[in-house]
Amino acid sequence: MLDSTVAGLSGMLAGFNFLFQHGLPNVIMLLIGGTLLYLGVKKEVEPLLLVPIGFGCVLVNIPLSELGEAGGLLKLLYDMGIANELFPLLIFVGIGAMIDFGPVLENPKILLLGAAGQFGIFLTLLLALALGFAPLEAVSIAVIGACDGPTAIYVASQYAPQLLAPISVAAYSYMALVPIIQPPIMRALTTPKERVIRMGAIKRSVSPRTKLLFPIVVTLVTGLLAPKGLPLMGTIMLGNFMRECGVVARLTKASENEIANVVTLFLGLAIGGTMEGHAFLKPETMAIFGMGFVAICLDTVAGVLFGKLMCWLTGGKINPLIGAAGISAYPMAARVVHNEGQRYDKRNYLLMHAAGANTGGQIGSVVAAAVMLSVLKGMGLI
Amino acid sequence: MDMDKWTFGLTLMIVGMGGTFLTVWVLSLMITLLKKIYPLARDRGEKKNA
Repeated sequence: MLDSTVAGLSGMLAGFNFLFQHGLPNVIMLLIGGTLLYLGVKKEVEPLLLVPIGFGCVLVNIPLSELGEAGGLLKLLYDMGIANELFPLLIFVGIGAMIDFGPVLENPKILLLGAAGQFGIFLTLLLALALGFAPLEAVSIAVIGACDGPTAIYVASQYAPQLLAPISVAAYSYMALVPIIQPPIMRALTTPKERVIRMGAIKRSVSPRTKLLFPIVVTLVTGLLAPKGLPLMGTIMLGNFMRECGVVARLTKASENEIANVVTLFLGLAIGGTMEGHAFLKPETMAIFGMGFVAICLDTVAGVLFGKLMCWLTGGKINPLIGAAGISAYPMAARVVHNEGQRYDKRNYLLMHAAGANTGGQIGSVVAAAVMLSVLKGMGLI
Repeated sequence: MDMDKWTFGLTLMIVGMGGTFLTVWVLSLMITLLKKIYPLARDRGEKKNA
């Protein structure tokens, strides 16, 4: 009787025993999970993602819970939607349903800023290779520079699943830090005269039919040029087509609300579930966070410099600041550019132009990932 | 395909960035073309006629 009671009590204390004996990584990860929850709840940094990621991180690091092992809830969610890339693609349907591509359709030239804003991806690729990462790992890390969480998860889950946790946490954290990272770079690269260039009001020139055909054209063009990225572009454009056609309002609303919300919860929990202490706490994780930061800085530099080039080519009609919105962090980057423009001229309304560059960045980031995957396929590496 | 990491990185950078710009440029041309084929005024005119 006494023996079985002691044995029963020892079962209850097994978790504490594990923590005291070899649970330092778990303790550190519990603190990191708590920090993510703090950032999400108190500072409202990407709360929709950081709260489930933080909670998933806490859950998986409670010793002997087995939530992250075969049959456990978090592993089940991972297998259900990340290992097969389903969750990021469903999120993309929702994003497509939410985005109005009107501003970029009004001024298609601005779409090029969305391509320039992806330059950081490719420079970070070289940096990751220099630091000794394997080619496919380097590609997955570089995609953090797309500033596009679902794309980063999509690529990493296929080609570097062992790095998925740090890559996705870095991608979402840096997206939230865009208002802090971008302004100093924008100020350093532009002159006071350039910052006060007014671009005037956008004249409405896009017909509903053009808006309706746009997602189909994008799907066809990118699907033919970079077929490996079609799942990404196809789902975002499906969402947008549903939005613009106007006859499936229920599906559009479900995509941008219920489906996106449920998938965001599952995605966050599953990513948090990959943050198990012994797997997460490695020097590579710090390197990935560092490279993610570099990638977003380089994207901003390339975007602003390309904005300056367009300013020069158009005889000063384009404010180079909008180049910084050529990344995919939508709509945050556009708001940062608008606020920066208003710092120097209260009557300068750059928001719609920046929104054009920002939606261009959304397209550009997916195109860059799609092109990269297709080139890798062409090289026979995937 | 056998190649060292720098050849791989530089190839991916040049072809990748070039391919991204090319794709986006084609898209911007397609948008311009769509706007020419279906200008806003014509859409409004069709609605009026209907």
